[in-house]
Amino acid sequence: MDRIVQALVEIVGTPYVSDSAEERYFYGRDPGLMPAHAPDYVVLPRSVEEIQAIVRLAGREKIALVPMGAGMSLSGLVIPQRGGIVLDMKRMDRILKVNEAARYVVVEGGTSTGKLHAHLNRYYPRLRFSTPDSPAAATVAANVMIHGQGRLTQQQGFNSDMVSGLEVVLPSGELCRIGSCALSDDWFSKGPPLPDLSGLFLGWFGATGILTKVGIKLYPRKKMRDVEIFITDSPDFVPGILYELTHTEMAEDINIFAQPLPLIFSGNHHIVIYFTGDSAEEMELKKRILFHALDGFIRNKDGGFMTVGEGMKKTLLDMPQRSATTFADVTKGGGFEYSGPIVPIDRYPGCSRKLDELAVKYDLKYHATARIIDKGHAMMFAFSFTFNRADEDMLNRTRMALSEASEYALSIGGLFWKPTLDEQRIALEKMDPQTARLMKRIKEELDPQGIMNPGNWEGI
Amino acid sequence: MYQLKFDEKRCLGCPDGACLVQCQYLNFEADPARKEMVKIFRGEDSPVLQDCVTCYACEEYCKRGNHPFYLINERREDKGILTAPRAITRQWIHIGEPKGKYELGKIGKIALSFGFMPQLKEITRGRLFEDVMPSYFFGQEFFCNVVYIHFADTKVFKERLPVVIENIHKLGVEEVIFLHDECYAAFTSLAPAYGMEVPFKSVHYFEYLYNRLTALKDRIKPLNVKVVYQRPCSNRLCGDSHLFVQKIMDRIGATLVQRTYQDETALCCGSIFRAMYGYDLMADVQGRNLEDMAQSGAEYCIFNCHGCMNALSPLVAARGMTPLHMIDLCRMAIGEKPEGGQ
Amino acid sequence: MKYAEILHRCFRCGYCKFTLDYENFNCPPYRKYRFDTFAPGGRMWLIRAWLNGEIENSERFQEILYSCATCGNCVEHCAFTFRENLVDIFIAAREELVNGGRIPPSVRDYFKAISIHGNPYNLPAAQRSSWAADLPVQSYDGQEYLLYIGCVGSYDERGRKIAQAVSRNLIRAGISFGILGEREPCDGNEVRVLGEAGLFEYLAENNIALFRQLGVRKIITLDPHAFNAFRKEYPAFGGDFEVLHYSQVLSRLIESGELKPGDFPVRVTFHDACYLGRHGGEYEAPRRILRAIPGVELVEMRQNRENALCCGGGGGNFFTDILGGEGDSPSRIRVRQAVETGAEILVVSCPQCAKMLEDAIKAEGLDDKLVIRDVGELLDASFREN
Repeated sequence: MDRIVQALVEIVGTPYVSDSAEERYFYGRDPGLMPAHAPDYVVLPRSVEEIQAIVRLAGREKIALVPMGAGMSLSGLVIPQRGGIVLDMKRMDRILKVNEAARYVVVEGGTSTGKLHAHLNRYYPRLRFSTPDSPAAATVAANVMIHGQGRLTQQQGFNSDMVSGLEVVLPSGELCRIGSCALSDDWFSKGPPLPDLSGLFLGWFGATGILTKVGIKLYPRKKMRDVEIFITDSPDFVPGILYELTHTEMAEDINIFAQPLPLIFSGNHHIVIYFTGDSAEEMELKKRILFHALDGFIRNKDGGFMTVGEGMKKTLLDMPQRSATTFADVTKGGGFEYSGPIVPIDRYPGCSRKLDELAVKYDLKYHATARIIDKGHAMMFAFSFTFNRADEDMLNRTRMALSEASEYALSIGGLFWKPTLDEQRIALEKMDPQTARLMKRIKEELDPQGIMNPGNWEGI
Repeated sequence: MYQLKFDEKRCLGCPDGACLVQCQYLNFEADPARKEMVKIFRGEDSPVLQDCVTCYACEEYCKRGNHPFYLINERREDKGILTAPRAITRQWIHIGEPKGKYELGKIGKIALSFGFMPQLKEITRGRLFEDVMPSYFFGQEFFCNVVYIHFADTKVFKERLPVVIENIHKLGVEEVIFLHDECYAAFTSLAPAYGMEVPFKSVHYFEYLYNRLTALKDRIKPLNVKVVYQRPCSNRLCGDSHLFVQKIMDRIGATLVQRTYQDETALCCGSIFRAMYGYDLMADVQGRNLEDMAQSGAEYCIFNCHGCMNALSPLVAARGMTPLHMIDLCRMAIGEKPEGGQ
Repeated sequence: MKYAEILHRCFRCGYCKFTLDYENFNCPPYRKYRFDTFAPGGRMWLIRAWLNGEIENSERFQEILYSCATCGNCVEHCAFTFRENLVDIFIAAREELVNGGRIPPSVRDYFKAISIHGNPYNLPAAQRSSWAADLPVQSYDGQEYLLYIGCVGSYDERGRKIAQAVSRNLIRAGISFGILGEREPCDGNEVRVLGEAGLFEYLAENNIALFRQLGVRKIITLDPHAFNAFRKEYPAFGGDFEVLHYSQVLSRLIESGELKPGDFPVRVTFHDACYLGRHGGEYEAPRRILRAIPGVELVEMRQNRENALCCGGGGGNFFTDILGGEGDSPSRIRVRQAVETGAEILVVSCPQCAKMLEDAIKAEGLDDKLVIRDVGELLDASFREN
């Protein structure tokens, strides 16, 4: 038996190590468009001690390590660029504690968002977290690691902003607590009022350490939840509409979508406004305030609230929203990928027009979706294309369209979200050189051997 | 091209200016009302063109065979005065676009029209329809296109309605039972008002239900329930069908509770106001209507239109009344249990 | 391969792994192995890779394909419209393996036993009705119903007890039925799901001819696997019979008053058989029986009906034991779930579930906490006790 396999077996046990062609095939790719690279080994650790042992082994043997959740970034972030060991974290999926009064939960590094959602539904009906649109199998840890967003992002910021503490295995194999949990049993803060070290790990895609525990903040869950959709016939009105809506502070999530098909949606921009309340009065009040915020647009015929049918409402209120995933099969082709840069909200019209242009240029099926972040300080605008995995030409055209979308995003002052390796490189090149150098120093200090998800945040 | 048949002389000689006098949203006395309609006909500006909320009621109020609302609609279009936000109008135009996805049952000489409302397909079950089912048609190809008169538009129905008439005619049907007011009104009010020939007989489903209930009267067990009725805007275009409401209720042993907002003073469901004007008018109209219903002590609120049902069912239910479609109420009376109740 | 045009449409999103509310993973092999390759998405991508020549047939590949229990959880919960064909796809892939001649030995042995002996136990047909030796069960000779026992009910020690209990109930109710005894053929459901389409076709055609020749119109099955084969697969070969699972018959008899169960005070929980529940659409008949027995308190496990966790015996694993019973195997997880309800009896409606779960109770050391009874056995006991 391979020496490394033997060593891994001694750490996690025979059933949980594989160097078979099947695992190497599957874990070497993701459902997006990035090229495949097979790992040498796939392991399923169950404890922090096992992970530490694996990390120390990798350090000794200079083998690359790639921790992963469900692998749904779509931008290839856990495709092992230099082979090595993939750590599929999903066996570590316990929910460790919920502190109801302080509203936080601590989960293990492989706990799925679906399981957390179900757990809170059953045991803590007054608490919720910022559920992302990714499939239920996506992990809490990976979602915050990539600065994902969710249903509470409009109110609270990126899901990573809602982290309340971390436990990390460093590339040296040492275990480290980040945040209030470093000083007490409570996980109520990821840093403040002390120096905030969470930034050494969040957003680095595992290149600086492995998240073995994540604390996330929970928020009040109201008994009722509803959704309305305001539509406008020009993207130019969208920033103004968003500004007015966010001013009210009444909304939960605010999303925007625009797509040419089905026909009912063609030509319009749909601002989807969610709101919650504990009583009919609270709901009616919020609805009234949200409606009145847009009186000016209605008066000028620049937009209006459409009727949302029962079926559509059910789809929109679903959490996690499965229709975000089923977009993948529009071409009966099982795939979609998007470039979802973070931009100021006044860039919406430019991005929308650019997307229409790219779709025509590359003959692709597409839609635009956007989510408001932190009451309108920014938005995630997704240039989203759906492709047929079995059509090589379509895959190439999609890659080109996404590349142009990224270029455009950068040119208008946007930031790449969950950037592909190319986008990471471009970002580092365009960045303030001192900032890039600081990132390099951090990476080299934490991971001198360069074994942690190599390829990512490199090439400075 | 199709032109609205509007006779100025009828307005000039009108005794009461009922259209604008009875209007629930404008404030006119008889004499100014008469003059205002003539002004509108002659193409002059009028506050009516800005302020009319498209409730359709004046089509009923006018007893002299003119078409005040259709005229208002024409003039708005001429002058580019929009009612709904452009995006809403665009969406509606897309919704009604024929898509080649129509459905045909076993078509006979008499057929049911479901327009393109899928809810109508679901609700048309049981003995009441067994003498005509499975003769039916469904799809945008059979859409009445009346809704566009809410949106200061005549182009769309002038373009599509003749094609729809032809589509129905091609099926070889001689008589169509329409399951929605607007479908019925398209061929009995709008098309004739514009000089379009309709080569088939149109029957409103209320009349059909009444006749079926009469034929099945041995099966009827009086329901002994108190109900209120939500009269839709569209019913103003086919007021003759309204007479069947009381007749049906009498036949099935339901007490139609008298209330303030009924018959000619009925309030519409407000969903169009929501799209066009936002919150206040919708909330006002819905609020008054629901309060009026609630005071009646009725067990059920009976609906004629799924648009109304979508808009008002939650509000009705919150007031302790069960929302139910007229067809389902009739099914209950002959001992059939409709699934889901709505 | 049939359905090959669907393979590339899998997005490997993982909804297929879960229950409806995401509380738990519910794909039996995924729960045991925990590699994504053992989840439905893994199989879809690997089958496609295999057909494209990117990977080869290997022991591991066979283990991945044959550990699927065909439980249908993925069909229930996949987010995409092609979900209804997922289990068909996995069976089609197995057919390709069978055609290629490289399959696990246990699978090959199964086919051999069926071909030669007509049952997986390599036992003579003559012993097929020895379970009925002490019962006034008649041979089928034109009665209203054919009671089809199946291989497990005929030969397996545990299965026989169920056959006996169910027969006693039917006799009690005065139902007109008969069994085929030694003439009884294998229904072929497992042959089909293990990928031997040719052998299944042969069995189906012969069985249909036999049933027709005997004038069989209505069939009551003991085993949900046979229920599935007769009801869903035989029509394609011309089989046109009214097929019922015995729980459906017994629940009707109780409702009409022809069977009046006696008192039997006990707390029970119910495990849905995949081939009666998800595949057969029948979740309520066994529960109606349980609720009709005075004294029975039915407590549901959290994962019930469409969300039931398969016992791990489906997909041929009852015979091939590829999914197996160690560690975190589904049957062991399931009996732990049952114990959590506080029930004394875990009620099943399938002889394969009965055996799988009984073995799991032993392996978990839960013998003093939980026993397995088939719903027919519980009903039978309620009569005998009184």
